[in-house]
Amino acid sequence: MATVSGTLDVNAIRRDFPLLERQSHGHRLSYLDSGASSLPPHAVVEAMATYYETTHANVHRGVYETAEEATRLYEDARRTVGRFLGASHPTREIAFTKNTTEAINLLAHSWGGANLGEGDVVVLSIMEHHANIVPWQMLAAAKGIELRWLGLTDELRLDLDGLDEALDGAKLLSITAMSNVLGTINPIGDLARAAHDAGALIHVDGAQAVPHLPTDVVASELDFLSFSGHKMLGPTGIGVLYGKAELLAAMPPFLGGGGMILDVRTDRFTAAEAPQRFEAGTPPIAEAVGLAEAVRYIDSIGITSIRAHELELTSYALDALDGVANGHLTVHGPPAGPDRGGVLSITLDDVHAHDVAQILDSVGVCVRPGHHCAKPLMRHLGVQATARASFGLYNGTDDVDALVEGLEQATTLFG
Amino acid sequence: MADLEELYREIILDHYRSPRNRGELTDEAALRAEGFNPLCGDEILITLHVDHGVLSDIKISGQGCSISQSSASLMSAAVKGKSLDEVRQIIATFKTLMTVHEAQLEDGDAEPEAVDLRKLGELAALQGVVKFPMRIKCATLGWNTLTQCLDDASL
Repeated sequence: MATVSGTLDVNAIRRDFPLLERQSHGHRLSYLDSGASSLPPHAVVEAMATYYETTHANVHRGVYETAEEATRLYEDARRTVGRFLGASHPTREIAFTKNTTEAINLLAHSWGGANLGEGDVVVLSIMEHHANIVPWQMLAAAKGIELRWLGLTDELRLDLDGLDEALDGAKLLSITAMSNVLGTINPIGDLARAAHDAGALIHVDGAQAVPHLPTDVVASELDFLSFSGHKMLGPTGIGVLYGKAELLAAMPPFLGGGGMILDVRTDRFTAAEAPQRFEAGTPPIAEAVGLAEAVRYIDSIGITSIRAHELELTSYALDALDGVANGHLTVHGPPAGPDRGGVLSITLDDVHAHDVAQILDSVGVCVRPGHHCAKPLMRHLGVQATARASFGLYNGTDDVDALVEGLEQATTLFG
Repeated sequence: MADLEELYREIILDHYRSPRNRGELTDEAALRAEGFNPLCGDEILITLHVDHGVLSDIKISGQGCSISQSSASLMSAAVKGKSLDEVRQIIATFKTLMTVHEAQLEDGDAEPEAVDLRKLGELAALQGVVKFPMRIKCATLGWNTLTQCLDDASL
């Protein structure tokens, strides 16, 4: 049985996730890839199916009953997501995008395009996902902005020693709240204050953190926050850019088209207010309905309980992995603790990550091999690839035990 | 587990642990080509000599998983000392092995007709890879890089 503690009843939770009923290669499925994409509970799938079968219509223009209902569901989703983040003005501060990547591209293109020029500085960290690197590099190539990089300590935490120097004269600090490779949780509230003291704004990549840690954009004083629906029990195809109301209101549009305008003439257009200004074309309506249901599901369990459960599971896993492969196994990340999320990037000295993942697959354990879209970090770690196990609320100690058993098999096969 | 054992045959593990023709030819006459698998970060550098239409020497360096490394090692052993015509034939036969089996998996259980596994010798050990579509790119990385190397030199 899976329960690790009194924190969560994992067996009861698993019954909400139909995909966990299937077997893989004759084994119970141990899904340890929530960092890549989480599984949706039945309630999310049902909410989207119900929407399509009883309500579907395009939003914001139809005057018939179902169109009005669809519009209300879509705008309710905006409020639900905004409240989940502690936003002060959900209807003006939540822009729906395709995913985190698009949210950051929106920010770089729109805010960066309007506010950054030759020599302006954006500060990143070496632990960023490519989604929070490449859009800024594209801006650097187009406009000559300068990128500065925060490094890591020996324990693979953010090195705060260089922070003030990096922020000196900077316009933006764009940084992850939790590394998708190391599990390192960054002190975003402190980082926000440091950025503001230096006269810079802060954007936080919340793709890994929002699904697993309590988030409060007001208490943490965040200017921008981006994340994806499909990593937080919701559907693919929807992401969020949160921005303070006055910041979003001052930003130019991103993509042009229907839905983002007030008026169009042959010689000009007038953009709609934010956030509609950033939502050109038919938005992901069913996905918004699904995301709102995912938020309600998380709320019903409690994000604090989810975090406590995943912290216990991470401690259990780090202890269990300690004995594997006679010292030839490395988990790249800080020790278990309050600044450590449920992401375990594993390398074995003599077995490549792809082979590790392949052998784990044969016993029903789903992990992700590769560079995890964080090549600057991989170069810093001096590894080409890791096999990454990442937890969700439906994982238990039995999943960790299956992981350990599979790793031992890999060691034996390649030993 | 049966499929897994077919994938990780002893020959493959042997070539992974003790890769043949490992290294780099650094003289100016050596032909060079680099290959990358952007999905997983595997990389390979092939350097080779061609003398009078014969692939007289080949060295492989880079890093990657057991499938990409052993496939490159097996390839180097198979092509070294062969005429360029024979090398092209071996490449074609190996690629057919990868694709025929792929098509066969989709169509059902028809016997492959195009590839005579006996011709492949040790290379036939890689046929288990095709049951793992994500790994075919690993197995073909070295071969595509060798092809690139010969094409670049118009050989």
